[in-house]
Amino acid sequence: MLHTVNKSPFERNALESCLKHARKGDAVLLIEDGVYGAMKGTAFTPKVAAALRDVAVYALQPDIEARGIQNRVLDGVKLVDYGGFVDLATQHNPVQSWL
Amino acid sequence: MKFSILVNEGPYTHQAADTAYQFTRAALEKGHEIFRVFFYHDGVHNGTRLTVPPQDERNIVKRWSELAEKYALDMVVCIAAAQRRGVMDANEAKRHGLGADNIAPGFRISGLGQLIEAGVQADRLVTFGD
Repeated sequence: MLHTVNKSPFERNALESCLKHARKGDAVLLIEDGVYGAMKGTAFTPKVAAALRDVAVYALQPDIEARGIQNRVLDGVKLVDYGGFVDLATQHNPVQSWL
Repeated sequence: MKFSILVNEGPYTHQAADTAYQFTRAALEKGHEIFRVFFYHDGVHNGTRLTVPPQDERNIVKRWSELAEKYALDMVVCIAAAQRRGVMDANEAKRHGLGADNIAPGFRISGLGQLIEAGVQADRLVTFGD
């Protein structure tokens, strides 16, 4: 399954819920304000770092760059462009949007 | 692969209408098929041709219309959501005795069954919203 999260973990608990529900082998893609969940050194970072043991975490590079946080991305989080987003959607089924 | 896209957020709200467009365009450019783009809730505002954003700003509605023309996209606006929010095609405007319609080129108004069909027929239904 591919999970997409588009809200900051400091605004809503969508990412926290998502990480609790994600199963081994799932992928989580952070988009829009959700990319703040990909930052290192935040209060939420330990939860993402722990999740990385079982799930693949991606972040949408254009949204990372739009927010100027490209130098603060947590190790292990992979960056993809829109084409990469499409590829992830083809590789995982279904695609669950955490709105 | 065959995708259907669900857009639940209006243009210029947060970012979901933009992400939906960029995803749809990227999928088409990779050679995938878009079975349908369905606009629901405030997403119906993506389909009004009376939006006039500043000239140096992205025109979200026009961008959808141009993509639809280029790739012969089926873009459906939910009728119940559209009526509540004042998005009308010529037939609906006439039926309700209204003086004008405002649906943008490439969009059509239809029912929620079109969303169910989009989910059934496509390999993936990808939702963008608030």
